[in-house]
Amino acid sequence: MANPIAWRIATVAGIRDETPNVRSFTLELPGWPSHRPGQHIDLRLTAEDGYSVERSYSIASEPERQDEVDITVERIVDGEVSPFLDDVVVAGDRLEVRGPIGGYFVWEAALGGPLMLVAGGSGVVPLMAMIRHRHRAGSQVPTRLLFSSRYADEIIYRDELDRLAAAGDGFEVIHTLTRSRPPGWTGYDRRIDDRMLAEVIEPLGVTARTYICGPTALVEVAANALVRLGLPPDRVRTERFGPTGT
Amino acid sequence: MIDHSDDPSVERELDGNALGGLFESLFGGDMTAVPGRCAHCHTVNMVGAMRVYMGGPGAILRCPACDEVVLRVVKTAEATYVDARGAAYLRFVQRESDGV
Repeated sequence: MANPIAWRIATVAGIRDETPNVRSFTLELPGWPSHRPGQHIDLRLTAEDGYSVERSYSIASEPERQDEVDITVERIVDGEVSPFLDDVVVAGDRLEVRGPIGGYFVWEAALGGPLMLVAGGSGVVPLMAMIRHRHRAGSQVPTRLLFSSRYADEIIYRDELDRLAAAGDGFEVIHTLTRSRPPGWTGYDRRIDDRMLAEVIEPLGVTARTYICGPTALVEVAANALVRLGLPPDRVRTERFGPTGT
Repeated sequence: MIDHSDDPSVERELDGNALGGLFESLFGGDMTAVPGRCAHCHTVNMVGAMRVYMGGPGAILRCPACDEVVLRVVKTAEATYVDARGAAYLRFVQRESDGV
């Protein structure tokens, strides 16, 4: 068996816009060992002078898709890597990747539910791999995604989430918009807080397996609130990103 | 997404998930689901749940309960140093487990 952590070459097979600042990239990886939903890859860029930089990106796609993975990347102003992916990379380009990586922030259908997912912005990406896998695997465990975005046009995967929620297999998505709301908005209209989490988790109960991914502040608020509501701490899994204090 | 603050000059607060690839290349297996006991407050947390501060030549993993340093990782051109004096132990089960 090949060392799963070795660097290998991926070919960019497709690029699509998710929102004005977020794009998904399909990476072709022949012989890719199937990942577990929630895992990530490391991506390495090396300049002609040998300078190299590595970043981790969550896998967005379900493991049922063979020999390719999707990553979803938000453009960070003044970033080193994301503007390169955004501006320079085109279909057919080759990138160095290694993975799949991680065993802590992972959910598979065999683990069962109920399943409570909490996302802030592009924190939804690893959760989307779980949601897509759940659907493809035919799982019907009760699942709720509480998804915080700033503006309606920044909601990543919005149409696909709506379609999956309409499938009637026990998946629901609950949105909150923290900056402004379009006319007729029926979702929440504030940052995630204790009361919101209590309302959203109520139908699932305190035995729900919980995965929270987003900026550190959101992760802290959500994880602490859910443990206060009675969820066992070892069932509340977290993944943080972002600079301190934002 | 794991890696959002795409700017190496800013000290970045992530978590142990972001070091999964580096640790796997050093230890030969997943470390994010490995429980470790903080030598300061004795709380047990999985490596993936520890707070990670990156920037400069390495990374620091801090206990999410007491914020003391559990592990330090420094990469040089020749080697990677792991300073584990803040960990009472790391627990590796015999069977491959995801810790769930």
